Amino acid sequence: MEILFAIAIGVLSGSGVWLLLRPRTFQVIVGLALLSYAVNLFIFGMGRLVTGRAPIVGAHPVDPASLADPVPQALVLTAIVIGFATTALLLVVLLAARGLTGTDHVDGRESP
Amino acid sequence: MSPWFRHLPAVPIVLPLLAAATLLLFAERARALRIAIACASITAQLAAAIMLLALTTEAFPDIWPQGVGAYAIGAWPAPFGIVLVIDRLTGLMLALAAVIGLAVFINSLAFWDRVGPHFHALLQLLLMGVNGAFLTGDLFNLFVFFEVLLAASYGLLLHGSNSQRVKMGLHYIVVNLVGSLLFLIGVSLIYGVAGTLNMADLPARAAALSGADRALFDAAAAVLGIAFLTKAGCWPLNFWLPGTYAAASPPVAAAFAILTKVGVYALLRLGSLIGSADALAHIEGSALLRPDLFRGGMFYIGIATMGFGIFGTLAAQQLARVVGYSVIVSSGLLLTIIGLDHTPLLAPALFYLVGSVLATSAFFMLTGMTGRAWRTPVPFPTASAVPLPVALGNYVPFGVRLAPVPQAEDAEVGVAIPAAMAFMGLMFAFCVLLVTGSPPLSGFVAKFAILSAAIQAAQGAPWATAAWILVGVTIAAGLASLIALTRIGMRLFWSATGRNTPRLRVLEAGPVALLVLLCIGLTVAAGPAMGFLEDTAASLRAPRIYIDTVLATGEGR
Repeated sequence: MEILFAIAIGVLSGSGVWLLLRPRTFQVIVGLALLSYAVNLFIFGMGRLVTGRAPIVGAHPVDPASLADPVPQALVLTAIVIGFATTALLLVVLLAARGLTGTDHVDGRESP
Repeated sequence: MSPWFRHLPAVPIVLPLLAAATLLLFAERARALRIAIACASITAQLAAAIMLLALTTEAFPDIWPQGVGAYAIGAWPAPFGIVLVIDRLTGLMLALAAVIGLAVFINSLAFWDRVGPHFHALLQLLLMGVNGAFLTGDLFNLFVFFEVLLAASYGLLLHGSNSQRVKMGLHYIVVNLVGSLLFLIGVSLIYGVAGTLNMADLPARAAALSGADRALFDAAAAVLGIAFLTKAGCWPLNFWLPGTYAAASPPVAAAFAILTKVGVYALLRLGSLIGSADALAHIEGSALLRPDLFRGGMFYIGIATMGFGIFGTLAAQQLARVVGYSVIVSSGLLLTIIGLDHTPLLAPALFYLVGSVLATSAFFMLTGMTGRAWRTPVPFPTASAVPLPVALGNYVPFGVRLAPVPQAEDAEVGVAIPAAMAFMGLMFAFCVLLVTGSPPLSGFVAKFAILSAAIQAAQGAPWATAAWILVGVTIAAGLASLIALTRIGMRLFWSATGRNTPRLRVLEAGPVALLVLLCIGLTVAAGPAMGFLEDTAASLRAPRIYIDTVLATGEGR
C-alpha cells in the first residue's frame, strides 16, 4: 500500500509541476489542482497508512493503538476547503485575464 | 488577573472577523454606515493592540509577569488545543499592523474604496489574517491565517480591476498558492515526524528526534522555510513582488507593506523556538554551507535579496516600483541579520523593521498622489474606464453594482489641503530620508545601530567577513535607493513640465503625514524604543518563558 501511495503522490506532483510550468493559464490551474491533490494525499499519509481503524474515540477507554490519527484527517479537510476556495478564485481571475488581455497566456501576451 | 483581560488576545482576530461579516450585510450604498463600522473596528483593534503591547512590558507586572501571555481557545489545554500567544514581538507587530490598517483605511476613503466592491470588508479580513498569524501558537493555525490574509490580499490586489492588476494578480495568486502547498507539506511532515503542531511543544519533541527522523524534521523545516521566504519576498522567489505592488492601487500597496514582514516574523518566531542555540540554522538548511563561518544559508539569501533589490532600484523607472524594490531590500537586510544569528544585531533589526514598514507604507500612499500630478489630463483609473472584456459582456463583479465613482478629481468632494505640491515635496523628502536611511530620521538611527553592531561583531574572528559584507551591502543599498529616488524626485518635482497641481484631500494626505510623524516620533524616542526592542530580542533568544507559559495552560486542570 505504501508503494502505491507514494507512486500516486509522485505521479500527481510530477504532472502538477510540469503543468504549472506551461504557458497557458488553464494548464497552470490544472497543475495546481493536481499538486494540491498530491499534497492532500501527503498530509493524509502523515497520519500513517492504516486500515480498519476509526479516528473516533468511543465511550469506553480504548487502546490508542486501535485508532487512526484524527489530526491529519482534520488537517486535510481544512486544506481541501481552503484549496477549493482559492482555486475557485483563481478560475475567476483566469477568466477575467482572458477577457481583459484577449489571450490565455500567463504573461497576458503571446511570446514572440 | 481580571477575567476581562484574559480574553484580550482574541480581540485582534475576532473583532475584524465580526466587522467584515457585518460589513457584508450592508449594501454599497450605505457607505456612511460601512465606514462607521470599519472605523470602529480598526480603532478598537489599535486600542487592543496598544493595550496588549503595554501588558507585555514591565508596566503591568501583575498580569503577565514575564511578558508572555497564552490564551487557550475554547479552554483546550496547550499541546492539544490551539493557543494564542502574546509576547513583546507579537504585541509590537500587532500594533504596527493596526497603525498601518488605520492609515490605509483613512487613505482609501478619499477615493479608492469606491472603485470596487467590499474594500473595507477585505481590509478587515486582511487585518484578521495578519493579526492571527502574529498571535497563533499553532503551526497549522498559522497556515490557516496565512491563507486568510492571502485570500484577502488577492481580493484587495484585484480591487478596481484593470488589465495590469488582473495580470499581476494571476502571477501573485499562483506563486502564493504554490507557496501555500509547500507550507502544507512542511507542516504535515513536521506533524508526521514530531507528532505535534504546537509551536511551544515542538522544540522538546524535535530535540528528542534522532537519525532519519531528525533528517526528515530538518527537511520539513527547510520546506517550511521556503514557504516563509516566498512570503518574505526573498531572492530568487520575489520576481512577482515589484510588479504586483506597483500594479495594486496605492492604499492596497500600502497595506501590503506589512505582508512581507509576516514572513519575516514567522521565520523569527520559529527560528527562536526550534532549538534556541542552533535555531535558525535548521530553518534554512545550513548543512550545505560552512556553518562555522556564516551560520547558514539565510545570510547568503539575504545578501542576494539585497543585491537584487539594489539593481532593481537602480533600474526601475516608476516610483511605485522603486518603493517595491525597497521593500525587497528591507526584507533582504532582515533576512541577512536573521542568518547572522547574532543577538546584538536583533534589536536594531526590529527597529529597522518597524521604521521601514511605516516608511514604505507612507511612500506607497504618496505614489498614489504624485501619480496624479503630471499625467494630463487626469483621469482616475476607474473600474468603468477599463474596456470590458468581450466575453464578459455586462459583467458586474460579484453581482455588486457600485455607487457612482467620481470620474475626475474636480468631482471630488471634501476638504482640500493648501500647498499640495509643497506638501507632497516635503513628504517625498521625508520618505526618501526614511527609506534610504539618511540622517536625521528613524531610518538613519536603525541603519546606524545595525552598522555599529555589525562592526563590533566584526571584531570577533569568525564573524569578521560576514559582518563586513553586511556593512558594505547595507551602505550600498542606501546609496542605490538614494540615487534612484533622487533621480525620480527631480523628474517629479523639479523638471516636470505641464504638470498640474492635484487637489489633495485631508483624508488622503493625513495618513501619509501620520506615518511620517510616527517615524519622527520613533526617531525622537529612539532610546526607549531601542530599550524595549532589546528586551524583545532577549526574549526571542530565550524562548523558555514562551514555551513554559504556553504549556502551563495544560496544567492545573
